[in-house]
Amino acid sequence: MIALNINGEERNVDVPEDMPLLWVLRDVIGLTGTKFGCGIAQCGACTVQLDGRPVRSCVLPVASVGARKVTTIEAIGATPAGKKIQDAWLDLEVIQCGYCQSGQIMSASALLDRNPDPSDRDIDAAMSGNICRCGTYTRIRAAIKQAAKA
Amino acid sequence: MSKPSSSPKTATSRRAFLQGGGLLLGFALFGAGIKPVLAASTAQPVDGDVTAAFAPDAFIRIGTDGLITLILPNIEMGQGTHTGEATLIAEELEVSLDQVKAVDAPPNDKLYATAALGGQATGGSTSMRATWEPLRKAGATARMMLVAAAAAEWSVPVSECVARLGVVSHQPTGRQLAYGALADAAARQPVPAEVKLKDQKDFQLIGKSSRRLDTPGKVNGAVKYGIDIRVPDMKVATVAACPVLGGKLGDVDDKAARAIPGVRDVVRLDNAVAVIGDHFWAAKKGLEALDITWVEGANANLASANIMAALKAASERKKPIMARQEGDVDGRMKAAATKVEATYELPFLAHAPMEPINCVVHVRPDECEIWVGTQVPAIAQGLAAKVTGFPLEKVILHNQLIGGGFGRRLVAESVAQAVAIAKQVSYPVKIIWTREEDIQHDLYRPAYYDRIAAGLGADGLPTVWVDHVAGGSVLGNYIPGGWPEDKLDDDAVEGAAKPPYDLPVIQVDWVREDPPVPITWWRGVGPTHNVFVVESFMDELAHAAGKDPVEYRRALTRNQPRAAGVLELVAEKSGWGTPLAAGMGRGISLHDAFGSYMAAVLEISVSPAGEITLHRAIVAVDCGITINPNTVEAQIEGGLIFGLSAALYSGITFTDGRVDQSNFHDYRILRNNEAPKIEIHHVKSSESPGGIGETATVSAAPALANAIFAATGKRLRTLPFNRDALKTDGTDKKSVSMIPPLAAPLAAALASAKPADTELEKL
Ligand code: FES
Ligand code: FES
Repeated sequence: MIALNINGEERNVDVPEDMPLLWVLRDVIGLTGTKFGCGIAQCGACTVQLDGRPVRSCVLPVASVGARKVTTIEAIGATPAGKKIQDAWLDLEVIQCGYCQSGQIMSASALLDRNPDPSDRDIDAAMSGNICRCGTYTRIRAAIKQAAKA
Repeated sequence: MSKPSSSPKTATSRRAFLQGGGLLLGFALFGAGIKPVLAASTAQPVDGDVTAAFAPDAFIRIGTDGLITLILPNIEMGQGTHTGEATLIAEELEVSLDQVKAVDAPPNDKLYATAALGGQATGGSTSMRATWEPLRKAGATARMMLVAAAAAEWSVPVSECVARLGVVSHQPTGRQLAYGALADAAARQPVPAEVKLKDQKDFQLIGKSSRRLDTPGKVNGAVKYGIDIRVPDMKVATVAACPVLGGKLGDVDDKAARAIPGVRDVVRLDNAVAVIGDHFWAAKKGLEALDITWVEGANANLASANIMAALKAASERKKPIMARQEGDVDGRMKAAATKVEATYELPFLAHAPMEPINCVVHVRPDECEIWVGTQVPAIAQGLAAKVTGFPLEKVILHNQLIGGGFGRRLVAESVAQAVAIAKQVSYPVKIIWTREEDIQHDLYRPAYYDRIAAGLGADGLPTVWVDHVAGGSVLGNYIPGGWPEDKLDDDAVEGAAKPPYDLPVIQVDWVREDPPVPITWWRGVGPTHNVFVVESFMDELAHAAGKDPVEYRRALTRNQPRAAGVLELVAEKSGWGTPLAAGMGRGISLHDAFGSYMAAVLEISVSPAGEITLHRAIVAVDCGITINPNTVEAQIEGGLIFGLSAALYSGITFTDGRVDQSNFHDYRILRNNEAPKIEIHHVKSSESPGGIGETATVSAAPALANAIFAATGKRLRTLPFNRDALKTDGTDKKSVSMIPPLAAPLAAALASAKPADTELEKL
C-alpha cells in the first residue's frame, strides 16, 4: 500500500511502486481530469502539482511522491492562483479542444502562485513544456497576464 | 455547460446504411459550388435518443419542463462547432444560448448527413456552411409552431404574438407563455410550409462573440473525453500493430507478460497484439514484455527516399489526369519572354492530436456498446457491426468529446481494431494507443512532388501557368472499393486548380501515384498542400519580375474583389514595405479555400545559425458572415500555429517500412515560447459563411517560405524547412535552439522527490 495525499484527502493505493502517478490518478483513483499525452515528459498534458510545483505525472513513479501534497486540476480552483487562472481562461476563451488545458492550467497556476507578475520570459520558461496542438498559445499568454492583474 | 459523459442509450435507426464506409465525396465539392444541405431539413423525429413533448425535427427537443435540447449534427473537437450550430438554431428559435443544452447526434446517416460529405461526418470545414440554412430553418420552424400554439391558446391572430427568449407574448394584452408550457400544443400544430428567415440586420446572436458552451467544464477536469470513460468492470488495454506498414503478427511469447501483476489477457489480431490489464500501466508493461515475431511483408525495405523517387518518376513520366486546361498553354509557354520553373516536395504528416487514439468497447453476447469520439459516427457504427457480425441496431455508439481531430478521426479503423480486441473478452475494455502507436500508425497526409512553371510577359506578369501535382489519392484510400484510376480526385488539386488570380491561360493536372502508406485528410486538406506551392511560386515570379510581392499579387487580382480585399487589408495592417531590421523578413500568402479568403503576412528573423524566430503574424480574413467572431479568431490563431508547426518541424519518414518518428521529441509541435504574436483583421462581408477551421493552416507554410526568402534570399522548396540550409555562420553544427525545452519544473520536482535513477535518466 502506498499512501498519498491527493487534493487534501489521504488515499491508500495498492499499485506497483514504479507506476506513474498519472495512471494511479486516472485508472485507480478515477480522477480523469489529468491527461495522458505522450508518457515521456514532452507535452505537459499530465501536469499536476506536488507541493505547489508543477510536475509531469506520466514519469513520476508513485512511490517517489512520499508525503508531498498532490494537487490536480479537479482541485486547483480552490487555490487563489488556480481560481484566477481558470477565470481568465474562460474570460479570454483560451480553450479549444481543451485536452491540453488541464496541464496548461496546472503549470500556469504554479507560475502565478510563485510569481504574481510574470514577464514574457517567465511565461516562456514556465509554459514551454506544455504543448497545445490546437495552438492556443497567444491566448494562454494573455490569460496569464490578465490573471496576474486580477 | 459540460457534456454528459455518455449520451442516453440510443436505439439506432434501422434505415439502410452503407456498411463499413460512407461515401465521402471529397471536400473539394464545395469548391465546385454544390449547395450544401443537410439531409434532415424537414420534420422528422429521431428514433430513440432525446425524447421530449415537442420534437419538430431531428435537431430540436423542447420538454414540458422547459428544457431545450439541441441535437447537433457535427461533433465538437475544439473548433467551436457546438456553439456555432447552437447559435444558428437559437437565433431563429428565439432563445438565448444559456437556455439550451447541446448534445451530439446519435449515429444516423439519414438524419445527420452533411450532404457534401455524403454521410454523417464532421470535416473539411463544412459544418457551419452545411448547417447555415437548415439549422436556422429548423429554429424558425419550431418557433412558428410555438407561436401558433400560443395564438391558438389565446384565440388571437399569430401576427399579434412575439417570441423572445423562450417566451411567447401576446403584445396587446401582455399575456405570456413559456416554450415549456407550449410544448404539447406546439407538437400538434401543422409544420409551416413556408419559413421566412431573419434579415441579417435583425440578428441577435449571429455575429456576436457568444461564450462557448463547451469550455466551463474544461477548466476543472469535469468534462469527459473518450479517453476518460470508465464503465463498471472495465479493463484497460494497449496495443502494438506490426511496426512495418502492412505487416502481420507472427508468433507471440506472452509468458513474461502474463507474469506481470495486473496483466489480464493477451489478445492477438491479424496484424497486432494487445495486452489487457487492470490499468494502463500494467497493459503497457505487459506489452513491453511480449516477445513478438512480426511477418514484415512487402514493405520491409520501404524508405522515404524511394517514395519520393517514385513520385518524381511518376510526375515526369506518367500521363496526368487533367484538372483544368484553359487557353493555348503550349503556345504561350513557347512565346514567353521568361520562363520560370520549380519543383516542390512535401512530406507525409501525422495528425498527432493531443488525445491519443482510444475507444471503450463492451461486446456482449448479442450487442456491442461503444464509447468513442469520432468525426464519422455512422461509419464507426458500421465497422463495428461488420467486426461483430451484429445487425446495425445492436451496435450502440455514444459519441464523445474529442481532444483534437484534424482529420484523424474521419477514419474509424481504430474503432474496428478496438472492437476486434473487445470481441475476444467478456468484459468492457478501454483501448488506449501510446503516443508512439498514435504517430507510427496514423493515416498520413500524403507526400507530394509538384512541378510548376510559368511564362512571363514583358510586364513580368504570368501569361501562362502550369502546375503538375503528383501524389496519392486520399479518396482512393478512403472509399471502400477505391477511386477509379483515371478519375480526378479533387482533393489532390484543391487550392491549385483555381487560385484567386487572373490567370487566363492555365493548366493544372495530377499524376496519381499511390504510396504504400495509408493516407487521409489532414487539417487544411488539399489547399494546405497546393497553396504552399502556388504562393511560394507566386513569390518566385515576383522576384523574377523584379516586383514587390504584394504589388505583383495586386496586379493579378484586379478581377478578384474578395481576394483583393484581404490583400489590401493585410498590406495596410502589416505595414508592408516599411523597413525592417537586418536579418528580418516579411512574407505574404493569399488564398481562397473552404469559401473564405485569407491573406497573411509573417514577420520573422533568421539568425546566422539558421534559427528562425516568428515575431508577428498579421491576418486579414473574409469569411462571409461571421457567426462568432471570437471563435473565428481562435480558429485562425490555432490554425496558423498548426501550419507553422508543420512547416518548421513536421515530416513523417520511413526506414525499413517503419515510421522513424515516435513521439513529440522527434515529431515536434510548436511551443508557447516559439509562437508569434497574431493580429487578425476582418473584411466585413454579407456573403454566406465560409469555413474557418482550416483556412489559416493553409497560409502558414507559404507565408513562412516567403518570409525566409525575404530575410535570407534563400528559397526553400521542401517541407519541413531545413534550417541548416539557412546557416551563414560557417559552422557545420546541427541547428539546436529549437530542441524541445527539457521539462525544467519536472527536473526540480524529481530532484526533491528522490525518484528512481531510471526515471531521472529519462530527462
Ligand atoms: S503525458 Fe506527461 S508530459 Fe506528456
Ligand atoms: S486546446 Fe486542444 S490541445 Fe490545447
